[in-house]
Amino acid sequence: MRKVYLDNAATTPILPEVLQAMLPYLKDAYGNPQSLHGWGDEAREAIEDARGKVAALVGSQPEEIIFTSSGTESNNFAIKGLAMAQQSKGKHIVVSAIEHFSVLHSARTLEKWGFEMTQVPVDKHGLVDPKEVARSLRKDTVLVSVMHANSEVGTIQPIREIAGLVKEAGAVFHTDAVATAGTMPVDVRELGMDALSLAGNQFYGPKGVGALWLKKGMRIIPFLDGGVQEGGWRAGTENVPAIVGLGKAAELAKTEMESGMAHLSTLRDRLIEGLLSRIEHVILTGHPTRRLPGNASFCVEFIEGEAMLMLLSQRGIAASSGSACTSRALKVSHVLTAMGIPAEVAQGSLLFSFGREDTEEDVDYVLEALPPIVDRLRQMSPLYAKFLKAQKGGK
Amino acid sequence: MPVYSEKVMDHFLNPRNVGEIEDADGIGEVGNPVCGDMMTFYIKVKDNHLSDVKFKTFGCGAAIAVSSIVSEMAKGKTLEEARKITPSLVAEELQGLPKNKYHCSNLGAQALNKAIDDYLKKQGKMVKSKGRRKDEKK
Repeated sequence: MRKVYLDNAATTPILPEVLQAMLPYLKDAYGNPQSLHGWGDEAREAIEDARGKVAALVGSQPEEIIFTSSGTESNNFAIKGLAMAQQSKGKHIVVSAIEHFSVLHSARTLEKWGFEMTQVPVDKHGLVDPKEVARSLRKDTVLVSVMHANSEVGTIQPIREIAGLVKEAGAVFHTDAVATAGTMPVDVRELGMDALSLAGNQFYGPKGVGALWLKKGMRIIPFLDGGVQEGGWRAGTENVPAIVGLGKAAELAKTEMESGMAHLSTLRDRLIEGLLSRIEHVILTGHPTRRLPGNASFCVEFIEGEAMLMLLSQRGIAASSGSACTSRALKVSHVLTAMGIPAEVAQGSLLFSFGREDTEEDVDYVLEALPPIVDRLRQMSPLYAKFLKAQKGGK
Repeated sequence: MPVYSEKVMDHFLNPRNVGEIEDADGIGEVGNPVCGDMMTFYIKVKDNHLSDVKFKTFGCGAAIAVSSIVSEMAKGKTLEEARKITPSLVAEELQGLPKNKYHCSNLGAQALNKAIDDYLKKQGKMVKSKGRRKDEKK
């Protein structure tokens, strides 16, 4: 059976070049970068080389990159660490309503620690209005965090504008760029933020490694206390193979960014166009133009996401959904809810996220496989029956 | 993907008794799309037996499998026997359900019971709703 992986928002595969770069550090080059001997030197040089490559990817200085275990750790570190470091100035933070849980839940933890949080709403396309951010800023606002793009619906935020407003107000600005770094151009100086999170498994690097870019001179409270690794900002023996893998992935992402983006957006547009023309009562979620090159997200009305995923999986197709039944917490995606999508429509959430290995034939295969799946589930759906009856009655 | 038993997968992929009964003797609708699952059961009753059972379900794989197995378990049974189809029996018949999908088995048993209630009500036989049974969880 054909296998089509369209869940790159969950994780991208690891590139063979990345794996090759990592292997020596899983075998013979096992030294601890902090050790003062040849083994240590080799490992230390490897992570410094990776640091330079990650810095080049986001347009920063190498010493501004702190390696972490994941995008989640980077976000926790940034939100809690930056807010705690500024608390003498004020205890108010601002985040958007569609942030990843590693930002939202970190903000909630800060509330328990005595901070106040304002959630900035988004419009029906998932877009944050910079004016709303400006309105939320107070004298005691110390930190604002708005993601660069949302991986569930693909919407890209006007980060530069928001960064400018936040800076004017004298607060620190953090961006979760896990969905964009390595996929589309991210230049920290040009965008104007103070801290930025990224993750290796979003651009063909390994899992278990991420980074926080922190502007030189920014004050932050370390998240992990211990030794002097990462300049004392992030203790714990460095995950050398993963860091090397992240570096290699960053290097490849930078050289292949333009062609990569063109490839992804071709697939995305082919799927969006094909699906909307083949299946009735499908809504494209997210912004029509300001969207991640590899993101095609929809709500299919009258049916539920998990059932679609299971039937797609039977055809060898991997996708994802923000429906309540697919989440372990049995709650509909907070992103779709924040965009004002009614819960029963959001149950039909279906997300295809493209990667470099996917092809136009893969898109065509999905376009052929999905309509009968939707038909089949609609034939079973009491909601669809009601809709048809209402439509008939109306005529 | 949740870890479903072979039986759940079979009933999800090949659901039995899908559809509506135009001249149903009883109809039971439970759940709502906001929560993620909605089931409608249709029954035909002949000589106190469920001569036909059909369903329509909006929901996840477990919800569809539960509807299918409940329809199969209920078909041919007397009304009293059908009342004894409990959520735990449904889950057992499906070789188990993931913990966070157990509520689906409640919905299936509830929808069938509601259809029987509806039938009895139409017949003027309905005394009083017995309310939730002990083993039903919300």
